[in-house]
Amino acid sequence: MENNIILSVKDLEVKFKVRDRELTAIRNISMDFEEGKVVAIVGESGSGKSVFTKTFTGMLDINGRITNGEIYFENEDISKIVKDSEWERIRGKKIATIFQDPMTSLNPVRTIGYQISEVIIKHQGKSKEDAKQLAIELMQKVGIKDAESRYDEYPFQYSGGMRQRIVIAIALACKPKILICDEPTTALDVTIQAQIIQLIKDLAEEYKFTTIYITHDLGVVANVADIVAVMYAGQIVEYGLIEEVFYDPRHPYTWGLLSSLPQLGDKGDDLFAIKGTPPSLFQEIKGDGFAPRSEYSLKIDFEKEPPMFKVSDTHYAKTWLLDPRAPKVEKPKTIQNLHEKMLNLTSKGGVYSDRDK
Amino acid sequence: MNKKMLNYILKRFLLALFTIWIVITITFFIMHAVPGGPFLSEKAASPETTAALQAKYGLDKPILEQYFNYLSGVIKFDFGPSLKYKGITVTELIVTGFKTSAFIGGIAALIAILIGVFLGSIAAVNHKTKLDQAIMFFSTAFVALPSFITASILLLVFCVKLQWFPANGLTTKGLILPIISLSLSPMSYITRLTRSSTLDVMGQDYIRTAKAKGVNYWVIIFKHSLRNALTPVITYIGPMLASVLTGSLVVEKIFTVAGIGKYFVSSIVNRDYMMIMGTTIFLTTIVIIMLFLTDIMYKIVNPRVDLE
Repeated sequence: MENNIILSVKDLEVKFKVRDRELTAIRNISMDFEEGKVVAIVGESGSGKSVFTKTFTGMLDINGRITNGEIYFENEDISKIVKDSEWERIRGKKIATIFQDPMTSLNPVRTIGYQISEVIIKHQGKSKEDAKQLAIELMQKVGIKDAESRYDEYPFQYSGGMRQRIVIAIALACKPKILICDEPTTALDVTIQAQIIQLIKDLAEEYKFTTIYITHDLGVVANVADIVAVMYAGQIVEYGLIEEVFYDPRHPYTWGLLSSLPQLGDKGDDLFAIKGTPPSLFQEIKGDGFAPRSEYSLKIDFEKEPPMFKVSDTHYAKTWLLDPRAPKVEKPKTIQNLHEKMLNLTSKGGVYSDRDK
Repeated sequence: MNKKMLNYILKRFLLALFTIWIVITITFFIMHAVPGGPFLSEKAASPETTAALQAKYGLDKPILEQYFNYLSGVIKFDFGPSLKYKGITVTELIVTGFKTSAFIGGIAALIAILIGVFLGSIAAVNHKTKLDQAIMFFSTAFVALPSFITASILLLVFCVKLQWFPANGLTTKGLILPIISLSLSPMSYITRLTRSSTLDVMGQDYIRTAKAKGVNYWVIIFKHSLRNALTPVITYIGPMLASVLTGSLVVEKIFTVAGIGKYFVSSIVNRDYMMIMGTTIFLTTIVIIMLFLTDIMYKIVNPRVDLE
């Protein structure tokens, strides 16, 4: 199992300089990504999901930098790469990214064809004609009809869903080892979302790349991910196989997230929301960052940061509740019989059932 | 596509004629509403002489008749004789002056666009560095300084103190300083425009996409950013060209250039009716042509623009 780790993050810390203050966006994350797996990173806005994955391609904003830790990819610590020109051999070629909004992520004044073949010419050294041929094949692969005649069209002549297909085609043009999908469906309507996710899933099987999803749509996660990492305030607070995290969550924050799924609540009840706001990342966070918002917090939560407790070989959670000395607490009612509920939601007729098609 | 284009050009042409007619009409009547006349200046001529001159140029006729006479002349491209410069037509005066003005103006505009876009891009790329601050300092200064100040300073430094250039624009070498003083202000303005729109474009999602594709930084600047960033610059270039090509009174006076710029002011002071009309029609036409070219440029730069 150790052998097919494609990306390994060790003690990663990322800081941003905002005005004259320093903000710690990523606080000591260690995580391994297995080859060919689909990993979902979930968490609320500002938890550091995007920042975390941006470090894999050196795409941090100019005021951000890695202050500690290593990121190993193909036997190289890529966290030490500084120059953009050095990143060019990884970006788009080995690690590709799909961004949130397809409406704005294509250049409005360049043809679709140019934007796909550009990356093929750059990384594979193909001629213009060969690149065009490859690009048209890719367009067909992602489901663009009349690809040949639409090669010279501009993004404004494509719909949102089609643009996202083009963005996917660009990302896959050089058969990357890792595909980072930064909320790839947030800007699309629900029916198109399902299609796009299915497309990424199918292509992942064909091209055998590792997929990293960043999302706050737990429905998406439930359907595609093998592994889920829950992020909170710049840390991974729970990590495990999808079944483990969904059906046997251990961290109070994960409980909160799952309880917030409207589909899981009882009809007529108020929708659940996690109280309070995440801690300020400008200050040093003492103890468990989630403690002030949690109903289950213990005294120690405010004093000492919890370690990663092992639940099973594949399942870890960072909460003092897992300490043998901690009192036993019951999970919130909404998520107690999750297995059954999720089964209903994803099986025929359920809210997420269309995603399996 | 070609037919569409042809239709568009035809439509714009007819619209241009209409615009020119409106401008002629308004200028003509306002001009005549202002008291005074071309033969009233300096030594008072005898009433008989004045009357004879009025009759010679048809100024004694009712105003409406004068208006229609003038219009029928314009249709035949006859803009009449100058009332001030004897024995020379308005057309001849404008053409001779315009040759010089368009020459130095054209070079000045070219310099302004090329260097302006270049400096603006450099400033944007080096955002918040000393270089950016320096470029911004000088471009702000040259936008703010009126041309009579920059032109005078250039004259003082390079002609009087250093004696590198002659102080008049009668030789080719003497045209260098007027070209520089004409280009400084538009160049600085274009620098500022390019900088701010490049900064804006560089923050767009598609630039991030290009970066994530592993595209080289300079390729991103030139192939992805510049074309998008140029739209506001093009908007400015049209009217700028019109004004630079038609010369500048100040620059022409300071460097003694025989351009057309001085006529715009002198014809009004002289009440040279024919010349006022001539220069106005000329300027209107140039502006219309430049705006038309601007619209064509939009289409070339941005495929989303539909010329309808």
